[in-house]
Amino acid sequence: MTEWPDRIFQALQGADVRQIADVPDAGHKRLIERARADKDIHAVSLTTEMEGPAVLAGAWLGGQRGALLMQSSGVGNCPNMLSTTQTCRFPLLMLVTMRGEFGEFNPWQLSMGQAAGPMLEMMGTRIFRLEDADDAGPMTAAAASMAFEGNMSVAVLIAQRLIGTKNFGK
Amino acid sequence: MTNRANTFEIRRRQVAQRLLDENPDALVIAGLGATVWDLTAAGDRPSTFPLWGAMGGAAAMGLGLALAQPDKRVIVVTGDGEQLMGLGALATIAVKRPANLAVVVFDNESYGETGMQATHTAAGVDLAGVARAAGFPNVVSASTEDALDAALATVSTGKGPVFAWLKVRAEPSPFALPPKDGTWLKDRFRRHLLGPGAVGETEQG
Repeated sequence: MTEWPDRIFQALQGADVRQIADVPDAGHKRLIERARADKDIHAVSLTTEMEGPAVLAGAWLGGQRGALLMQSSGVGNCPNMLSTTQTCRFPLLMLVTMRGEFGEFNPWQLSMGQAAGPMLEMMGTRIFRLEDADDAGPMTAAAASMAFEGNMSVAVLIAQRLIGTKNFGK
Repeated sequence: MTNRANTFEIRRRQVAQRLLDENPDALVIAGLGATVWDLTAAGDRPSTFPLWGAMGGAAAMGLGLALAQPDKRVIVVTGDGEQLMGLGALATIAVKRPANLAVVVFDNESYGETGMQATHTAAGVDLAGVARAAGFPNVVSASTEDALDAALATVSTGKGPVFAWLKVRAEPSPFALPPKDGTWLKDRFRRHLLGPGAVGETEQG
């Protein structure tokens, strides 16, 4: 059976995404593995999510499409860089695995989990919310189309309930 | 304020001019602040993307561009304050190892746009050492005119990623402002590099 990260990956391939930048999250484990295993994709491992919009703006200047993978806490590292994304109307496709939602084990994740969506919207990003695995492919494709055809910043927020909660072995 | 950088030999505007003259086909990212004014004074051109924002992002932007355009030389020109805000990007670049990327830092040991406050390099932070420790295979430094030629030759043709640390005189320079419309600058760059189709124009214009 095809899992939802594989459907997202297929949609990214279908959208001709050639650079995938990430700061890891457990929810993105499979997607990151797919990206790193694909010789046609530059997988760029970042030290902070803030580098992501900059790397992918450079990719766009050079004629390549990209996607940024991160968890909701990483959104908090991005807003100043997103001001350039917005000002220049750089296309930006973000896939954000949500923490601080359904079944969250770590209360320190709640704050950015709540703020990630509104913070992205404040910085001019359109939000899609992925709750159902069956939507993973079409929603990623729609978000990519909006980003790259419309020169917009678009984020797909992947619900924690879909990902499954981290329990640190408990 | 007395500042040892006031007496450094290397003059930033001359270096900016040489970078553009000696690398006419290079794609250039100019980091926020004085390096943007330097490169504009040297000649505003479509293949330079000047950053009016995104402090700390210039080198990372150069990485994405270098990966997308492996057959072009990509040169990031930025300041010490801007690079200090993005030190992690040096590790990210070193890991990806783009052979066509050079990051050039004009280090005047000051935040030039905000009142010449000292940056950490004034206290001795060694940016070349940071780049070397991050894994840059080709790191050059120059604090004198004599050392500049070799450093700039490496920026132009050395196997990358190259990191060039240039100690430049802290001195006021006249403003030379590039266009401010980011969307237009982006499209100008892409049109130049990729053709009119890349900005939605027909080939006939």
